Amino acid sequence: MSQRMLDIQNLSVTFGGLHALLDLNFHVDEGEIVGVIGPNGAGKTTFFNMISGMVSPSSGDILFEGESLVGLDPNQVTQRGISRTFQNVRLFANMTILENVMVAQHCRTKQGIFGSLMNTAGFRAEEREIREHAEEVLGFFGTRLTGYRLEQPASVLSYANRRRLEIARAMGTKPRLLLLDEPVAGMNPKESAELTELIGKLRSEWGFTIVMIEHDMNVVRDVSDRVVCLDHGETLAQGSFEEVSSNPDVIEAYLGRPLEKRA
Amino acid sequence: MSATVSTTDRTETTFVSKGAFDVDWRRVLNTGGLLALGLCFISLAGMPIGLNGRKLIEPVLSLGYLSLLWLPLVIGWTVGNETVLEGMTAAKRGGRDIVAGAAVGLIGGAGLALLILLVNNFDLRDPLVNWSPQLLEVLEFDAGDKVGRTGFGIGLWLIVTTALTAFGASLHLMPKNIRKAVIAAIVTVVSFAVFETFVIDVVDFLDDLIYAKRGGLTVVAAIALGGIAFAASLAGAGRQISAYKQAYQANTGPSKRTQTTTLVLVSIALLIIIPMITGKITQELFANIGIFLLLALGLNIVVGLAGILDLGYVAFFAVGGYTTAVLTSPNRGDSWPDWFPLMPWWGALPITIVVAGLVGLFIGAPVIRMRGDYLAIVTLGFGEIIRILFLSDWLGGYFNGAQGITNVPPADFGFMEVKGTDPRAVFYLVLVFAAISIYVSWRLERSRLGRAWMAIREDESVAEAMGINTVNMKLMAFVVGAILASFSGAIFAAKVGSIFPTSFLILVSIIILVVVIVGGMGNIMGVIVGAVVLIGVLGGPKQPGLLAELGQYKLLIYGALLIWMMLQRPEGLVPNARRSRELHQDEFLQDAWLKGEVDTDDEDLPEGAQA
Repeated sequence: MSQRMLDIQNLSVTFGGLHALLDLNFHVDEGEIVGVIGPNGAGKTTFFNMISGMVSPSSGDILFEGESLVGLDPNQVTQRGISRTFQNVRLFANMTILENVMVAQHCRTKQGIFGSLMNTAGFRAEEREIREHAEEVLGFFGTRLTGYRLEQPASVLSYANRRRLEIARAMGTKPRLLLLDEPVAGMNPKESAELTELIGKLRSEWGFTIVMIEHDMNVVRDVSDRVVCLDHGETLAQGSFEEVSSNPDVIEAYLGRPLEKRA
Repeated sequence: MSATVSTTDRTETTFVSKGAFDVDWRRVLNTGGLLALGLCFISLAGMPIGLNGRKLIEPVLSLGYLSLLWLPLVIGWTVGNETVLEGMTAAKRGGRDIVAGAAVGLIGGAGLALLILLVNNFDLRDPLVNWSPQLLEVLEFDAGDKVGRTGFGIGLWLIVTTALTAFGASLHLMPKNIRKAVIAAIVTVVSFAVFETFVIDVVDFLDDLIYAKRGGLTVVAAIALGGIAFAASLAGAGRQISAYKQAYQANTGPSKRTQTTTLVLVSIALLIIIPMITGKITQELFANIGIFLLLALGLNIVVGLAGILDLGYVAFFAVGGYTTAVLTSPNRGDSWPDWFPLMPWWGALPITIVVAGLVGLFIGAPVIRMRGDYLAIVTLGFGEIIRILFLSDWLGGYFNGAQGITNVPPADFGFMEVKGTDPRAVFYLVLVFAAISIYVSWRLERSRLGRAWMAIREDESVAEAMGINTVNMKLMAFVVGAILASFSGAIFAAKVGSIFPTSFLILVSIIILVVVIVGGMGNIMGVIVGAVVLIGVLGGPKQPGLLAELGQYKLLIYGALLIWMMLQRPEGLVPNARRSRELHQDEFLQDAWLKGEVDTDDEDLPEGAQA
């Protein structure tokens, strides 16, 4: 296997007396797509919040490409090359679609007050690059987010397109590791199949390593190299989709029903 | 949301006739009650008495009466307002509108009549200062000691309010061009009457021509002015202007750039020429508008762009003023060491900017980590702390405490000396700095920094997760705002010639914020309009505006205007497109939906899955 991209060691987080995550060990290799599953309240989103620096762990360590992320602010984590989407779509609703992706490149650009005031050649070149990259990213989703849509506010988008724009915005930060929090939630089967394919392309064409929280088992099965199941903040099972989905503990956590039927 | 919307099957509105007395009586009752309450409130607030001395049209109308009379007119108009939706049935305009209007006026008049009776028979002067014979005198139309004067007053008020509301309502019945002409005539006469001082200041010879000796338009002049405005509006003056405006707005081609440039150049030329031909009062007004515009432009970056609610903004104005004063005035405190330089105004300016930036950084650093309401409260505290430091005995050796720093020399540019007695020079200096501030705001808004500020305003934690260093960016907005405010402070010091802690009360912060909000947050044009309307018409905390006669009632009007704005037009006079979207999200989406602009990509989305 290639280099460990993300290595999580004995990670715990406690809110008051509640263990949101307990002694979690987890790793992601470069180029992998890892699915994180688990019933509601299992600690999946807390897990993402912790990696992206929005919650700090009570103990344990998060290593990204060999360096610890613990204690970094969310923007520093993004700077290192980890970007995420949000479960409850949180776009900048009153900014245009183009601006949503342009603003994501903030930490990859550096023109300051002087450049913008003097409208220097460097400033103009950088603005052009930002715009080109944003259009390239949006073009990844076909024509849905391009053309006349570029100048429309994000708030007019349909639900599915908001989800797509969330992913586009995360791609805009030029990450190496992408954390997708329920990317297909609320989409119909056709749309989620399409997005599943796009997630595959995110790896093959853009070279992102992906960790994905998802409830839709079809998506998890189709795209994940490896699946981790969390429950009550603990790892129940790790391995291939078949291994995890046939694990008796996992089946029990999901109300004792076989996973195949849920999907 | 249904799956498909075609824009072609929109139906026309159908209008049905209704009987003259088929009126929504409940609404009439409510509105009439509102009118009655409004009239009594204005009376008891003392406006008719206090403003009665100021004649508008000699000898028929005074500002005191106008303070009462505008209300029935406006309410008469609003009672006829109806939302007409496409494809729905609506009532035809007709006699019932006038009936409704008249009924409202009658109720309002009855309310005022009741007040007259009560004032006649009871004495409530203890809590209500204006419950007085003088009020009675005004309300009874100065009928003196005549027998039956109460009856006369009551009768006349009933007639007047009913007539005015009926007239207001009948505006709905008029053809659009006539209505516009009528409104133009009324607005013109009232403006010429109310702004007498300024009209004379600008065009001197009008004084003898249209104004009476003791103030106020002559009746003949009033009729003539109204007639001219009526005719001009009918002839299409207004239509011509709005046609130009629409053509400009619709133009998206390359020629728009030329048009914009021409527009800007013409405005600048006008701004330079106008003060040359006007008198001192208008120049002073322009200078005051400019000083507050500078402040508002700075606050607009902080509040409008970055979404940081800064209630202590006056602190930076104070820092700018005091720094300039300390560096230029020989009367600065005694504790400054001898080597501390005294320099001309323009030499002090760079230092003022640096000091303001540093103070912004110093205040901002601990404050900026907070969010929303908490941040507002902390900035409020810091704003006061700065003022109290300047006032304190502790630093009295440096800033002279309450006595302030006097004898700040004028800003001498060789060809022009900027000082209080020459408001035109102050205005030109302000103009230069306003141009700088506008340029800075405009460039920053369209840059990487502007986008980051907007993202922070929209959702701070997501902005941070998207790689924006929110603390640094917010601090930067704070410092830029502080520097723009210090420009204003520096000019203020040169203009007034002295600096006192009382010039920097919390009220100044509030008024700047009001300018930004009323004008239209996050919009440069809006801020300019806000400054012109609020500071120009109503006046600053100590600076007289066009309505200087209103004196003590200025703040009342401020408050009323604010409440009205926030209810009816929360996005401001010249709204920022984003901001109005935010505030009228639902309406906006409906409109976009009708135009077919809303994404219909999610046709087969399961029910209830939309966010």
